[in-house]
Amino acid sequence: MSISLTVNGSPHQVDVDPATPLLYVLRDDLALNGAKYGCGLGQCGSCTVVMDGEAVLSCMVPVMLVEGREITTIEGLGTIDEPGPLQQAFIELQAAQCGYCIPGMMMSAHALLRRKPRPSDAEIREALTTNLCRCGTHMRILAAIRRAGELMQAASLPEADEGRAG
Amino acid sequence: MWALRVVIVCVAAIIVAAGAFFFLAWRSEIPEDASAAEATFAPELVGKGAQLAALGNCIACHTVPGKPAFSGGLGVPTPFGTIYSTNITPDRETGIGGWSEEAFQRAMNEGVDRRGSHLYPAFPYDHFTHVSAEDNRALYAFLMTRPAVKAEAPQNDLQFPLTYRPLLAAWKLAFFDRGELEPDTSQSEAWTRGRYLAEGLGHCGACHTPRNAFGAEDRDQYFGGGEAEGWQAYAINKDSKAPIPWDEQSLAFYLRNGWHEFHGVSRGPMTEVTGNLSGLPDSDIMAIATYVTSIMGDPTPERGQRAAQLREQFEGDYFEQAADSQSSPVSASGGSPGEAIYVAACASCHEGQRRQPFGGLNFDLSTAVNAPNPQNIVNVVLFGLPPADGEASAVMPAFRHLLSDQQVADVLTYMRERFSEEQPWAGLVELIANTRSGAHKVTIRPSDGIERAPHNVGAEEG
Repeated sequence: MSISLTVNGSPHQVDVDPATPLLYVLRDDLALNGAKYGCGLGQCGSCTVVMDGEAVLSCMVPVMLVEGREITTIEGLGTIDEPGPLQQAFIELQAAQCGYCIPGMMMSAHALLRRKPRPSDAEIREALTTNLCRCGTHMRILAAIRRAGELMQAASLPEADEGRAG
Repeated sequence: MWALRVVIVCVAAIIVAAGAFFFLAWRSEIPEDASAAEATFAPELVGKGAQLAALGNCIACHTVPGKPAFSGGLGVPTPFGTIYSTNITPDRETGIGGWSEEAFQRAMNEGVDRRGSHLYPAFPYDHFTHVSAEDNRALYAFLMTRPAVKAEAPQNDLQFPLTYRPLLAAWKLAFFDRGELEPDTSQSEAWTRGRYLAEGLGHCGACHTPRNAFGAEDRDQYFGGGEAEGWQAYAINKDSKAPIPWDEQSLAFYLRNGWHEFHGVSRGPMTEVTGNLSGLPDSDIMAIATYVTSIMGDPTPERGQRAAQLREQFEGDYFEQAADSQSSPVSASGGSPGEAIYVAACASCHEGQRRQPFGGLNFDLSTAVNAPNPQNIVNVVLFGLPPADGEASAVMPAFRHLLSDQQVADVLTYMRERFSEEQPWAGLVELIANTRSGAHKVTIRPSDGIERAPHNVGAEEG
C-alpha cells in the first residue's frame, strides 16, 4: 500500500504494509538512520522522533497513522557542517559516550524546548523519562539541553520553524 | 389570641430544635498541649505507627507530590467542591503540634478536630473510627516524630451551606456508625484481622464502594466499585469483572507486589496503595486478601469454567521472549479501523510472550476491557504507564500524541467486541476528548506511586 508522509519538510511516498513501524520506514525506505532501534517495545526511547511537535516512539507508530502529519527526525535538526543548536550543544558538552540513545534524547529535548525554551532540570528529566542511557552521561545530557536552550534564545530562532528549530 | 399561640408554639419549637441540634453538633475544644510535639516515644511504637500510616495511605492525601511528606495542602476533588488536606506534621501553628493524644484519638474516632469542629468525611473517619486506641497511639507516635513543617492548607472551595461545619453533625447522624467493628465469631482469625485492616485504616471501601448523593458510601453496594482521582476503582465484590476471579493467593500476591500475572499491574491511585502495603507483614497482606475474597464470594459456574480455560492458556512455564515490533503477529489487512490499529500498535506487546509486569497484559485477562466504564483503559491508552524511578517497573508508552479521539474509540470498540462479552461502551469519543483535555481530571503516577512524582504528568491542568 502506498503511503505519503512528510519528513523534515520533504514529502515522501512509500510502498509498505500499513502496519510497518515508522522507524523501519525511516531507516529502510528513507535512509534516515538517525533514529535507532533499541528495544522495539516503546520502552527505551532511542527511536524517538517528533510528530506534529510532540515526541513519539517511532517503533510503536504504525506508518498508517502518520499520513498527513509532520515528522522531524534528528537529521532535520541540522547537518554535520551546520549543526543545529541542540546538536551543537551536545557536541560542545560532549554529552554522548556510545551515542546510541542520543538521537532519541535530542528529539525528546527538541519537543520540550519548542514548548518551553527555558525548562527547569525537573522538566528536562520528566521530558526524558522515556529515554534510557546505559553509559551514564546523564548529567552532560542535562547540561547540553540547558545549553541548547541558551543557544536557541541567543540566536532568537523562531520557535515555529519546524524544519530547523532544533 | 390564636395567632399568638401559634407564634409561641413555633418559636418554642425552633428553640427546642436549635437546642437539640446544638447538643448534637457541639464538641468541646481539647486544650492545646504545648509539649505534645516534644514528647518522646518508644522506637517500637513509632515503627508500628509507620506501618499503620502506610496501611492507611495517609501520605497520599496529606502530601502534595514533591512537597514535604504529611504537610497537607493537596486538593481532593469531590462532587461538592475541593477539599484541601490538612498538615499532619507536628508543627504547632499549622499542623497537629499542639494536639494531645486524646485530640488525635477523637479525630480518628469521631471526625472532630482539636478545636471541636466537625471534619469533612473526605477524611475517612467512617473507616478510621474502627481503629483501636492502641493502633491510634502508635500512629500518633509516628506522626508526632515526623519533621515539623510550617504549611497552611488552602481554604476549602465549597459552596454554602456546606462551609457550615455543624451541618456535618446531621451527616454523621445519618451515615456514620461510630466505634469498633462488631465481632463475628463465626469467622476465622485471619478474616477478622483482614476485616479490621481493610475496613479500618485500609479504608478500601472509600474508593471501591459507590457513594450516594450525600457523599456517603452506599453500604447496599458494598465494594461495588467507585471512583478515585479520575480512575474507576473496580468492583471487588461478586460483580468483579476479572476474567480469572481473584482468590486469596492471587490477591495477596497483587497487594504485595503491585501486579499479578492473571490481572496485570496496579495503576492510578492504586499504585500508592500497593507501594505502601510493602511495609506490612505477609500475614497482614494475606488477612486482607482473605477478607476481600470472602466479600467477592465464589464465582458462578460459568465464570469458573471460563477461568479454567484461561488458566490453562496462561498458566505454567512458557518460553518467554521479548515480543517487539519486529514480531507483529499478523498483518493488518482488512477488518475495522480499530482492528488495524490494535494489530499494528497494541498486539506486539499485548499478545507477546513477555510476562507480567514487564509485558503487556493479554486482554483475555483484562478487567479493564470488561469494566462497565471504560475510563481506566482510556487513561492508560492516552497517558501510558510512566516508569518508576530507578527500578524495573511496568511501563507503557502514552498514545495521546499518536491517536485521535476517534482512533482511540475505534481501538477500544474493537477490543471490547473481541475480548469481552459485555455490551459495547457508549459515548467513547466524548469521554476520550474530556479525558485528553483535562475536563475529566486524571492523576497519572509512575508504578512506584509514592511521593516522587513532582506533579501530575497526565492530563493538562484543566
